[in-house]
Amino acid sequence: MSAARAYAAAAAVPDPEVPCVTVADLGILRGVELVDGVAVARVSPTYSGCPAVIAIELAVAAALRDAGFTPRVERVVSPPWTTDWITAEGRAKLRAYGIAPPEGGADRRALFAAEVVSCPRCGSRDTARLSEFGSTACKALWRCGTCAEPFDYFKCH
Amino acid sequence: MDPRVEILLRLADDALILGHRLSEWCGHAPMLEEDLALPNMALDLIGQATALYTHAGALEGAGRSADDLAFLRVDCQYRNCLLVERPNGDFAHTMLRQFYAAAFMEPFWRAAQASSDPVLAGIAGKAVKEIAYHVRHSAEWVIRLGDGTEDSARRMAAAVDALHPYTGEMFETDTVVAAMVAAGVIPDPATLRPGWDRTVAAVFAEAGLRLPVVTYPYTGGRSGRHGEELGFLLAQMQIMQRTYPGATW
Repeated sequence: MSAARAYAAAAAVPDPEVPCVTVADLGILRGVELVDGVAVARVSPTYSGCPAVIAIELAVAAALRDAGFTPRVERVVSPPWTTDWITAEGRAKLRAYGIAPPEGGADRRALFAAEVVSCPRCGSRDTARLSEFGSTACKALWRCGTCAEPFDYFKCH
Repeated sequence: MDPRVEILLRLADDALILGHRLSEWCGHAPMLEEDLALPNMALDLIGQATALYTHAGALEGAGRSADDLAFLRVDCQYRNCLLVERPNGDFAHTMLRQFYAAAFMEPFWRAAQASSDPVLAGIAGKAVKEIAYHVRHSAEWVIRLGDGTEDSARRMAAAVDALHPYTGEMFETDTVVAAMVAAGVIPDPATLRPGWDRTVAAVFAEAGLRLPVVTYPYTGGRSGRHGEELGFLLAQMQIMQRTYPGATW
C-alpha cells in the first residue's frame, strides 16, 4: 500500500463535466499522503461555485476505496487553483475534445482587455466571443470566423 | 461575537444574498445568454459564500456548518449590506446593482489576497478572478442600456436614482471593520472609495448617465436592520430547512 499507488488511483479520476481530462491533468489534485493508514487526498476547487466540486471529491474517495485504501479528501483553498496549473497534456486533451484551452497566464489579463483565442478545430485566430458565460462555470462560448464553428473556451482563470 | 467571525459573516452574507437574487432570474432572463450568465454569476457568489461560511463556522468553534449559517438565521441576524438585498426589479435594476456591488468586491478581493488570514487570502484569490467577470458583464449592460433606446435609458436612470443611496454602506467603518483592518485581515473599505468612484464615473460617462446627489443614504444592514424584502427572500431560500429541519441531500 504505497502513497504512489494511492496517488495513481486518485489521479486517474476524470472531471465529471469535462471527462476528457483527469483531476491530475487539471492540476486540482494537490497530493495524496498515507497518514496512519488513511489515504489523505488534497483537492483544490476550480471555481468557488463549481457544482462538480463535491462530485469530484466523492469520485476521488471512491477511486481510493476501490484501490483498497481508506480515503479522506481534504478541500484546499489556499493557494487558489489557477488555469496555469493545467498540464501541457491536459491542454492537448482539451483541444482534441473541442474545447480551446486557456490562453496565456492567468494573471496577465487586464480587467477590460480583449482576449485572442485560437479555434480548437482549425487553429484560426479569427475568433469572436459570443458569451463570456457558457454551459459550465469554467467555460465561455466562442465562434470561429474561419471554419464558422462555435466552440467552448476554457476560461483563463 | 468574535470580530473575525463577524467580518466573515458580513462578507458571506453579501455574497449569498446577491447570489440568491441573481438566481431568481434563472429561467426568466430576457435571452438565453443572460439565462446562462446570471446563474453563472449566482453560482460564483454562492460558492464564495459557502467557503466564507465554512471558515466562519470553523473559527467560531460552535459546530455550525455553512448550511446552518445560511439556513438557520433570521433576517435580523443577517449582516449583508442593504444594496445586495434590493429586489431584482427590471433588468436595468439587476445589472446596476451587480455593477455597484462588483465594482466594490473586485478591488476588495484583490487587496484581500494579502490578508493575514491565509484561508481568507485563498478565498480572495479565487473570488477576485470571478468577480472581474461580473464587473465586465454588468458594466457592458449599464452602458448598453444607458446609451440605448429612450426606454432603456429611462429605466437605467431610474435604477440609478433608486440604488445609488444604498452604495455608501459598502465603504462604512465600525469597530469590527477597524479591528479587522488593524489586524491585517481585510483591506480598509474606505480606501476603496476613490477607485470605485472612478470606475463608476467612467462607465456612467460612456452610458450617458448622471450621478445623483444622495441626500439620504440608506444603511443598517451590518447591524441587522434590513428592508422587509430580505424576509421574503429568506422565507423562500430557507423553506426546506424550516419545513424539514436537518434535511440533507
